[in-house]
Amino acid sequence: MSDHWLAQLNVGVLKAPLDDPSMAEFASLLDPVNALAESSPGFVWRYTDEGSNDATAARPFGGDILVNFSVWRDRESLWNFTYRSDHLDLLRRRRTWFTRMSDMHLAMWWIPAGHIPTLDEARRRLERLRADGPTAAAFTFTTSFPPPEAAGAPEPAAPPRH
Amino acid sequence: MTGSGIDALGVLAEPLRRRLYDYVAGHGGEVSRAEAAEAVGARRNLAAFHLDKLVEAGLLEVSRRKVSGREGPGSGRPAKVYRRSGREHAVHLPPRDYGGAAALLAEAVERAGAEEALYAAAREEGERRGAARAGTAATEADLARVLERYGYEPAPVPPGDRAARSAGCPDAADPPAHRPMPAAACPVLRLRNCPFDAVARSHPPVACGMNLELLRGLLRGAGADSFRADMAPAVEGCCVLISAVAPDSKTNSD
Repeated sequence: MSDHWLAQLNVGVLKAPLDDPSMAEFASLLDPVNALAESSPGFVWRYTDEGSNDATAARPFGGDILVNFSVWRDRESLWNFTYRSDHLDLLRRRRTWFTRMSDMHLAMWWIPAGHIPTLDEARRRLERLRADGPTAAAFTFTTSFPPPEAAGAPEPAAPPRH
Repeated sequence: MTGSGIDALGVLAEPLRRRLYDYVAGHGGEVSRAEAAEAVGARRNLAAFHLDKLVEAGLLEVSRRKVSGREGPGSGRPAKVYRRSGREHAVHLPPRDYGGAAALLAEAVERAGAEEALYAAAREEGERRGAARAGTAATEADLARVLERYGYEPAPVPPGDRAARSAGCPDAADPPAHRPMPAAACPVLRLRNCPFDAVARSHPPVACGMNLELLRGLLRGAGADSFRADMAPAVEGCCVLISAVAPDSKTNSD
């Protein structure tokens, strides 16, 4: 068992309000896809608005920005859910519901196993990725980094600097 | 790599090796020495010799597996089992780099948000491919032959799985809640090989969306209206699943 989990933040700009008819299919897929994530091997945690089953109401990053924020055992489990499950069908059609973003919109980073990251932490990781490109502190699927040295090596008291 | 591709090709020039390779690759899983030897009608030692040559050339992978039913001390050494290697071998003379071009084009499609244009082009190409074989893909076996030509390595979905995956199939249990499979569709062919593997790994939504439209176009062009193609990715193989439908219930709406 690894000493580290993989956190990921993914943001998307909605093309229309979630209750708009053009978004109806996407809205109807939220619950099944969230359930699929939770039943996928390696799933640890996903962010939800307080008192809700999803993260579509609070909009902590802005009015039309949806947040997808979760924690996985490793890169492989996140990859298999993202690209090798029915979630892929949603990604295939994402232009139907989301505006294309020129900024990087998906950041991942290693966290000590047992830690549940905060939205602030996630925001800083995405900002870091946008500022510096992929580094061990915030990276992408295309340019990913291995987890920090496991058991045996001295564990840093705090996560890498933000 | 041209060099390793030529070496691998050279190893396959030996007819028995070629038959062994075809058997293991076509089997779609792990094959023991005894099975492979029997399949090609060779002595086990000779088959083992050639199988190991195929491993050396990077065409097969070997692992060791206990023969089932024998456990604990004295049950013997685990037997060697072979499967097709995930490594790609390509020979282009003169050298060509279509994979590099595909990755760049996929990246550009993603950056420009031009997925719809790619999907439309793929649908049209699929229809051309299908039209060239119109009327030859009416049955499951015929359709499998067409898909084989394009490198998908179709394999029949076992009857038990057909029923488990869709409410429209005989004896279906409750369909999985997450799979938006229409009630009247019954999975018949899974595709063991992804012909676009490298770009499907580097740009999954773009490559898999393109592939889906190619296959939907092919079915339409071939007039194979008793089948439909849906996204149903698993950890290995192609992201698309072919299902049988009653022609009037076919929607392929999105």
